[in-house]
Amino acid sequence: MQIYLPIADIPVNIFLLLAMGAAVGFVSGMFGIGGGFLMTPLLIFVGITPAVAVASVSSHIAASSFSGALSYWRRRAIDPSLALVLMIGGTLGTALGVATFTLLRSLGQLDLMIALSYVVLLTSVGGVMFWEGLRAIMRARQGAAATVRRPGSHVWIHGLPLKMRFKRSKIYVSVIPVIGIGILIGFLGAVMGIGGGFILVPLLIYLLRVPTSTVIGTSMVLTLATMMIATMLHAMSNHLVDAVLALILMVGGVTGAQFGARAGQMIRGEQLRLLLGLLILAVGIRFAIELVIRPEDLFTIRETGGSQ
Amino acid sequence: MTPCRLAALTLTLLLAGAASAHAERLIVSVSNHRVTVTPNYSGEELVLFGSVEKDAQTPASRTAAAYDLVVTVRGPRADMVTRRKERKFGIWINTDSRQFLKVPGYLALFANRPFDAMAASEVQRRQQLGLNNVLLTQRVGPDYADVVPNDAFRSAFVRLQSQHGLYREDTSAVTFLTPTLFRTGIPLPAAVPIGTYEVEIKLLADGTLVTKTETAFEIVKVGFEQFVATSARQNGFVYGLVTAAMALMTGWMASIVFRRD
Repeated sequence: MQIYLPIADIPVNIFLLLAMGAAVGFVSGMFGIGGGFLMTPLLIFVGITPAVAVASVSSHIAASSFSGALSYWRRRAIDPSLALVLMIGGTLGTALGVATFTLLRSLGQLDLMIALSYVVLLTSVGGVMFWEGLRAIMRARQGAAATVRRPGSHVWIHGLPLKMRFKRSKIYVSVIPVIGIGILIGFLGAVMGIGGGFILVPLLIYLLRVPTSTVIGTSMVLTLATMMIATMLHAMSNHLVDAVLALILMVGGVTGAQFGARAGQMIRGEQLRLLLGLLILAVGIRFAIELVIRPEDLFTIRETGGSQ
Repeated sequence: MTPCRLAALTLTLLLAGAASAHAERLIVSVSNHRVTVTPNYSGEELVLFGSVEKDAQTPASRTAAAYDLVVTVRGPRADMVTRRKERKFGIWINTDSRQFLKVPGYLALFANRPFDAMAASEVQRRQQLGLNNVLLTQRVGPDYADVVPNDAFRSAFVRLQSQHGLYREDTSAVTFLTPTLFRTGIPLPAAVPIGTYEVEIKLLADGTLVTKTETAFEIVKVGFEQFVATSARQNGFVYGLVTAAMALMTGWMASIVFRRD
């Protein structure tokens, strides 16, 4: 059944969108991530312009992270003060990101920047994750106990001023790196149409030593906040959020996520990380290939307004 | 506007122009003057009907077989940018670009036989017969001009628009049902721009323009589509709030429906 998307201005098959939402939701539920890095490229692939895709996916991620955050909240697996400080940075970063997005769009380089940031970010994060997962599995195969590497408890980050105690996470750390991480995630989210969970969680674990009990719940709160702000700002400045598209994706996404979460519990942690790393790497490589090979058509058209 | 009233209006207009001693009149009508884009819209085809009315001034030598018709449909105008990718630092990036000013978002030219067979190239150019001869203004540095038809950016623009079904040229689309009664289809693709469409019908005989007339139709979003599109444009803040609230609601509903504890 075809449905006409009012902002994207193209008709698409509603079941295709639902299936895409469910598939990405399944993956996101399985790995505890937002799945924006899969959804945005998929939407671009079915013919929705990158700008509309990025802007609409932000509201889709807001929905899935809210449903996730609620269940983590009930399990008291969210650190409210850490989430709040992250959110301060996230708000700043998102505003900066949307402004950059608007600027790049007027310069005609938005598509390139989206593609480039996908390549850099996904291949590096995916590569590291894949490698880590592989090593963990190798170690487990050799019989050695899979010890979680816990390097020196004091790195340069712990020497920074403005320290604050985050009770539920049981960490005592400067707010500067926390706000910094928030800014980075907010910025990337707004420009690339991703929630950033797959970068945020490793950053929180390795840089701030946030325990695994609170890390996913807290990261979901940040994702929720940045994606809500991104939705608002994209709607206000670029008028590109397609609410119909977003709603279909949300419905598919939240449903898929539930089944994904169940599937995720049946797979061992390091295997899960290996799989996620592979997936992220694959998306990154796909974008890289697209940039390197000669495009089928060297010319593109884009409307620049003045329509009446 | 009913076809009948439109025909009457066209007639009045033409009678007013009768002083210019046109020997023929064109009477035309489109099958639908208001195409509505609904949730299940996936393209449509309109039909344009018309007839050539001769009068006493028509030269006796002019037989019906000598008539040629060119129908030009122009959609709402917008500024467009065509960009060209080049290989830089090993990757393909947009480098050069040209801006097309106020060009139609939809452009279709239909005729009953090839333009070359109808008129000399000079007439084709002056009357803008054919995609190669339609004026597409570009901004080239500080100048505004249309360029030669084989300009790389112009031809890429026309080619890409044609691939999307937005620009088309068909020199066998106009058919004469009787020597004076003609029809042509106007196919509208799914991703058609919203707005007013001008239809210009030109009658040629012996390689020169005899008369022309105009009509129009509009493509509008109605109901929900219209509502969503206008609120997104005009009330960005409220629209954003509603979308955000919708996201929260969906998330909350999901956590209730799938709650396991």
